[in-house]
Amino acid sequence: MDVMNLFRNYEEAVAMILFGIGFSNLLMQKNLIKKIIGMNIMDTSVYLFLAVKGYIEGHKAPIVVDGVQSVEAYINPIPSGLVLTGIVVSVSVSALMLALTIRLYRRYHTLNLDEISTLLKKEEKS
Amino acid sequence: MSFVQNFPFFSILLSLFAGPLSSVLSGKAAKALNAAVITIAGILSAATLVFVLGTGESYVYTMGHFPAPWGNEIRVGVLEAGMAVFFCIVMLLCMMGGAAERLLEIEEGKQNLYYVMVNLLLCSLLALIYTKDLFTAYVFVEINTISACGLIMIRQTGRTIEAAVRYMIMSLLGSGLLLLGIVFLYDLTGQLLMDHIKIQVQLLSVTGEYHIPLLIAISFMAVGLAIKSALFPFHAWLPDAYGYSTLSSAAILSSLVSKGYIFLLIKIFYQVIGFDLIVRSKVINVLFVFGVAGMLFGSVSAIREKDIRRMIAFSSVAQIGYIYMGFGLGTTAGMIASIFHILSHGATKSLLFVAASGLTDVSDKRRSIRRLTGAGYRNRLAGVTFTVGALSMVGFPMFSGFISKILFAQAAMENDGKMLVTVVALAVSTILNAMYFLKTVIRIYTPLPADGGEEEAEGNTVLRMRDCPAKSLAMICFIALNLFLGLSSEPIVDLIRKGLDMFA
Repeated sequence: MDVMNLFRNYEEAVAMILFGIGFSNLLMQKNLIKKIIGMNIMDTSVYLFLAVKGYIEGHKAPIVVDGVQSVEAYINPIPSGLVLTGIVVSVSVSALMLALTIRLYRRYHTLNLDEISTLLKKEEKS
Repeated sequence: MSFVQNFPFFSILLSLFAGPLSSVLSGKAAKALNAAVITIAGILSAATLVFVLGTGESYVYTMGHFPAPWGNEIRVGVLEAGMAVFFCIVMLLCMMGGAAERLLEIEEGKQNLYYVMVNLLLCSLLALIYTKDLFTAYVFVEINTISACGLIMIRQTGRTIEAAVRYMIMSLLGSGLLLLGIVFLYDLTGQLLMDHIKIQVQLLSVTGEYHIPLLIAISFMAVGLAIKSALFPFHAWLPDAYGYSTLSSAAILSSLVSKGYIFLLIKIFYQVIGFDLIVRSKVINVLFVFGVAGMLFGSVSAIREKDIRRMIAFSSVAQIGYIYMGFGLGTTAGMIASIFHILSHGATKSLLFVAASGLTDVSDKRRSIRRLTGAGYRNRLAGVTFTVGALSMVGFPMFSGFISKILFAQAAMENDGKMLVTVVALAVSTILNAMYFLKTVIRIYTPLPADGGEEEAEGNTVLRMRDCPAKSLAMICFIALNLFLGLSSEPIVDLIRKGLDMFA
C-alpha cells in the first residue's frame, strides 16, 4: 500500500470522499431538503468516478468527425453512456423526493422528519 | 430459434407498455387491463417454463439481435421462469384481494394511476428476474423503487407519505451502494454482462490481483441489496410502509418487491461473482449474522406490537432474516432452502395481509388486536385463512412454512461451524412466531363476553363469503397455493435444484 497512490489518483479519492459526504448526509440529516442534496452529491460522485475511469489521457471524445479514425484516438464511450443513464435515474428520483417533501410540508409546515413523526403520533392519539 | 423463446421479452414489454397506457384509461378499464396483463405475463412465463424444462438447459436471448458485448441480453432458465410464474400468480391474487379497499382508499379519478404503478412494478420485477446486464439491473431496481413508493403513497394520509419518504431514503442509500459496487466491478473487469464479468473475476481471483477492490465491490452490492430488501438493522421504514398503505400495496410490497431484490442478489452471487468465490469472501458471514439477528429481533418487535397489520409487517423482518441466514450457510442446500422460503413467505405473507383485512372489516375497521376478539366467527373464511397463514408461519406440518424450516435445518447440518447457531435460532424464532401468531389466532376465536362487551362490540358486523366475492376467492386461492407449496414440496425443491444447476 502506497499512500502516494491516493494523490496520484486524486480524482478517484475525491469521488469517494464525496460519496461518503453524500451518503452520510442522506442518512443523518433531519432536514428533508438537505437529505435530497446529500442524495444528489452521492449520485454525482459515482458519475465523477465513472467519468474519470473512462477518460484516457490525450484521447478525444468518441465522435467521428473527419472520416474513420483508429480506436486509439478516442476515450472509452461506455462510461459516458452509463453516466447519462444514471443522471436520468437520479433526476427522476430527486423529482419524486421533492414532490413528497412538498406534500409533507403542506401538511405539517416543517421539513424536519423527526418533528413530522412526532406530529403524526400526536395526530393519531387525538 | 423457437417462438416460445421470445416470451420473456414479450412479457416484460407488455407490462412496460401497459403502464403508460393505463394513465389515459378510466379506473375500471385500467383495472381490467392490469388483470389481463398479469394473467398474460403469467401464462407466457409458464409457457417459457415448460419450454426450458423440455430442453433441459437455459438459453440466452439477444435483444435486437446484436451479439454479446454490444447488445443487451436476457437469460432464461428454470429458476427464472418459475420465479416469474410465481410472482405473477401472487400479484394477481394480491390485486384481487385488495380490490374493494382500493376503491375506498384511493381518491376518485386517481384509480388508474395505481395500475400504472402496478404494471411498471411487474415490468421491473420481470426484468430483474431475466436480465443479464448489471447496469440494466440497476435501472430496473430504481424503477422498482419508484413504483413501490407510488404504491405506498397512493393512499393520501400523513402516515403513508411519511412512510413513503422513509422508504425512499433507505432505498436510495441502498441503490447508491449498489451502483457504486457495480461501477467498481465494471472498472475492475471492463464488462457489464454478467457472465463476461464472471470470467474476468475468476481470472482475478486466480492471480490474486485487486483482491481488496473486488471484496469491496461484492460487499457494496450485497449491503445495498440487503438495505433495499429490509434486512434487520435497516428495517425502520418497513412497519409503517406495510402497515398503513392500502391492502394490495402492503401485500405486494411484502411478498414481491423485497423478493425481487433478493433474487437479484442470488443472480449476482451465482452469475457475476461465482458462488465459491462468494463463500470464500466471507461476505455471507455478515449476512448470516444480520439474518439471525433479524429472525430474533423481528419476532420480538412483532410480539410487542398491538396493531395487527404492523405485527404482520414486523414478522416480515424475521422472515427476510431467514432468507439471509440461508445465504449465510454458504451451501447449495442453504440456497435451495432460501429460495423455497422466498416462495413460501411470498405466498403466506400476502395471505396474512388479506386475511387480516378480512378480520378488521368485521371489527369496525379497527386494527388493534384486542378489538378482533371473536372476529373469526364473524368472518369465517378470513378466520380460517388467518389460521392457515399463522400455522404456516409457525411451521406446522402440511403448510409451506414447515417445509422451509425443515430445509433450513437440513442445510444447517452440512455446515459444522454454523450448525448450532442456526438450529438454536430456528428453534427460538419458531417459539417467538408461535407466541404472537397463535396468540392472535386464539384471540380471534375467543367469543365476545356476553355481558359488558357492548363497547368492544360496537361497530362489529358479520360478513359472509358472498358479501366480498373477490376477497373470498383470493383467500381460497391463497390457501390452495399454500397447501400446494406445503404438500408437493418434493417436485418444487427438485425444480429449484435443477434451476440452480442451470443458473451458474
